[in-house]
Amino acid sequence: MENLQCQCGHVNPPGTKLCESCGRSLTEKDQNSKLVDMRYEGTARRSQTYNKSIIDKIWNFFSSVKVGVSIIVILLIAAAIGTILPQQAFVPATTETAIQEYYADTYGSIGRVYHFLGFHDLYSSYWFIALVGMLAISLVIASLDRFVPLYKSLKNQRVLRHPSFMDKQRIYAEGPGAEDTLQKAETKLKELKYNVRTDKNGLLAEKGRFSRWGPYVNHIGLIIFLFGVMLRMIPGFYIDESLWLREGETRAIPEVPGYYLESKNFELENYSGEGEEEVFGEALDRVGTVAKNYQTDVVLYQKPEDALPGADDSQEVVKEFPIRVNQPLKFDGYAIYQMDYRLDELKAMTFALTNKETDESLGELTIDLIDPEDTYELESGSTVELLGYYPDFSGFEDGEPQTATPLPNNPGFLVELTTPETPEGETSFITIQNTVEPLGENDYKLAFQSVETRDVSGLTVRKDSTLPILGLGGLIFMIGVAQGMYFNHRRFWIQQKADGTILLAGHTNKNWFGLKKDLDQVVEHASLPAYTDQQDEIDKAEKAEKEGEALS
Amino acid sequence: MNLADLSSNLLYVAFIAYLIATFVFGGAVKGNKEGTFKSEKRWGRVAITITVIGFIANLGYFFTRWGATGHAPLSNMFEFTTAFGMTLVGGFIILYILYKTPVLGMIVLPVALLIIAFASMFPSEVSPLIPALQTNWLAIHVSTVVIAEGILAISAAAGLIYLLKVVDLTKRSKQRFWLEAIMYSLVLVLGFVVASTFFSATGYEAEFTYVDKEGADAAITYSMPPIFGMNEYVALTDEAMTPLIETPALVHAGKLTTVFWSVIVGTVLYWLIRLISRKRIAALLKPFVKNVNLQLMDEIGYRAIIIGFPVFTLGALIFAMIWAQIAWSRFWGWDPKEVWALITWLFYAAYLHLRLGKGWQGEKSAWLAVIGFVIIMFNLVAVNLIIAGLHSYA
Repeated sequence: MENLQCQCGHVNPPGTKLCESCGRSLTEKDQNSKLVDMRYEGTARRSQTYNKSIIDKIWNFFSSVKVGVSIIVILLIAAAIGTILPQQAFVPATTETAIQEYYADTYGSIGRVYHFLGFHDLYSSYWFIALVGMLAISLVIASLDRFVPLYKSLKNQRVLRHPSFMDKQRIYAEGPGAEDTLQKAETKLKELKYNVRTDKNGLLAEKGRFSRWGPYVNHIGLIIFLFGVMLRMIPGFYIDESLWLREGETRAIPEVPGYYLESKNFELENYSGEGEEEVFGEALDRVGTVAKNYQTDVVLYQKPEDALPGADDSQEVVKEFPIRVNQPLKFDGYAIYQMDYRLDELKAMTFALTNKETDESLGELTIDLIDPEDTYELESGSTVELLGYYPDFSGFEDGEPQTATPLPNNPGFLVELTTPETPEGETSFITIQNTVEPLGENDYKLAFQSVETRDVSGLTVRKDSTLPILGLGGLIFMIGVAQGMYFNHRRFWIQQKADGTILLAGHTNKNWFGLKKDLDQVVEHASLPAYTDQQDEIDKAEKAEKEGEALS
Repeated sequence: MNLADLSSNLLYVAFIAYLIATFVFGGAVKGNKEGTFKSEKRWGRVAITITVIGFIANLGYFFTRWGATGHAPLSNMFEFTTAFGMTLVGGFIILYILYKTPVLGMIVLPVALLIIAFASMFPSEVSPLIPALQTNWLAIHVSTVVIAEGILAISAAAGLIYLLKVVDLTKRSKQRFWLEAIMYSLVLVLGFVVASTFFSATGYEAEFTYVDKEGADAAITYSMPPIFGMNEYVALTDEAMTPLIETPALVHAGKLTTVFWSVIVGTVLYWLIRLISRKRIAALLKPFVKNVNLQLMDEIGYRAIIIGFPVFTLGALIFAMIWAQIAWSRFWGWDPKEVWALITWLFYAAYLHLRLGKGWQGEKSAWLAVIGFVIIMFNLVAVNLIIAGLHSYA
């Protein structure tokens, strides 16, 4: 394509619509139109100029606002589809098959189809992520395609424009003026905080040019945000672990080397509706109990890096902290959140070794349900040997006791009881409220005495190093949006011809009411000729034509 | 009179002020037969004064309730929806100051009245905060969202006025159908208010037990005669009517019953209006918009979105993410409410981009603005009541 030379002599790059220097329309179509298209100042945008190579085609595709809006709308519809049924993360099932069954069982054929189409995990599906990626590409290309020529054009604007540029502006006036009209207009415009430049017989007043960069600034913010979201896929940037911590227990914090956490106490508090809370009485009567506080009192320890493995005494207390909802424990870029709890988990059970006939006790033993011992020696010289421990006993399979989970929900013990009277030992299988004697009738039994319980806190360990990047992206987005939306770019061109005639043109990228308000003041002060809004004239003419048609 | 009572009395004052202002705005518009703007301006000034008085009372409700509960009254369906009605009026006052258009008040105020009435159908007693809500972010996040939504909704009102003026009601068309559909759905909300008020005034209650979708036993109290029965329901109230249809566990028959009664009452009301006036509701409003400046309405609609969009971004996405990170350990979790906030945001982003192109101003923009309001209302009502999630606080 060739460069375009304007009548004024300026050579414009191919694709230019309005001469960069004087503003004359360069295409026949624009020359014949009543108003010029001022978008992007009539500059040559790459997407409007080249369409040959594959790169041109890709560039043009993504630089189109129509394509951008289409991607937004498709994303919007996809996002909505994902809320028709709950996503798999909110479903009480964990394995692939269990999830599939859950959708089928709970939602019937709709659920089956929903799961089949992959909508149960829509937001992590490849096509959804690809759509977001396309949006990001569109943001970059569409912005570059417009920003670069617009920036150049506004930076190099001339004060004097050709009359054919001026009379094709939406706000236009032509009429006689006095000798000092230009000067008066300049004073008033400066008073209204316009930047005024003059050249020979003309002036260009401009205000709020920076608002034109708003869209590009906010797009940069969005790109930074999306970049931050992408970063979390890189190991080390993002940690999401859960930690179940029992009262009194100290555990290494997963994925956080060198740190240990001890739970001193877990507390669940409900609203009582008494005292100060009396105002809530009515509400509490209606809905029942309402939780007031979930809290785990923890101690954070750090083990120095040079400490020997297993040497507990070298731990240093870093912090004691009550973790509550909305008040995570923060340290060294990590945060630990109160997320869940289990009340009254079994901790230890106490039995008495008892002679079944005489009910005489040979001593007591306490079995720690998390960390049981192999043998318990009693004072009487008897021993209880723990042959097998099944923390969550779920029945027998092939004669072997089974455990469903490693949590002590329903402990079962296979024990051998040895007393001075029965030195060869007796075998017994004990669960809560039940004893089986698999090898024949025994003389002794373990009689249940008491149980200790404790609460368990469900904590989440989190590190997200992308947060500052996301915050920066959000901040830049907000600045860009405010810049582009709450300010507007207003310009007036005024020229006085040799015969004293004043030409006046005005343009703004938005809020024409505001522009006219400014102009009214200038017109009054400098006695400029009355202006017309040429767009209104066109609209009125069109309307009259339509009505005329309707009448005839 | 304690603070809580004072609060609800102030809400009544606001409600009545808005009601009066609606008629004065209507009079200002209708009385202006010659199309000169003098009488419209005079009566408009009276109406806006009444509106502002109502708004001050409304703010009084808000802050006295804050005092009574000890937290920002934005924590349940009643409180949030009432606040939405309030910010809708607030948004209107801002745009009235900018553009002096009584006709906007004539449309916005009745909608605000409907929203406040709708809100009052939910339990309004002072309720305590669950741990996740016990933070200043409740006030920061929710108030920003509700202000943004109030402003954005003004663009829908401007759009509606635009459509009332341009849509030709004498000829059958898609536009005429959908415009009337908007009017019908507003009457349905009124139907819900009337039905709820009637049954609660008569003290209707029927208790049932049922089996929920997880297979667990549950209980429910109907406040309207049970047309639909819950899954495997058993009546506990003797004199209650027997449900006509039993629904599967997936469907919440109690809510369906409420919807059913609202639709019945709303439809009856709608056809009463149609029969008495022998006109479509849109046609009833048409004379009021005779002198409307279309370009101005388009400008107001656009301006409202321009003001509202950044505020919405800040409140519904940025503040929301910050709080989510603090309370739930992740800034984004694809919870239905979050997703619908994103959808709302994407929708208005699409609107702003479409307006860059020619041919999307005027009528198309007006339809988009109305759809935006529908999305906001969907997120407020449907996502809370139908799609369960972390934000289901009603």
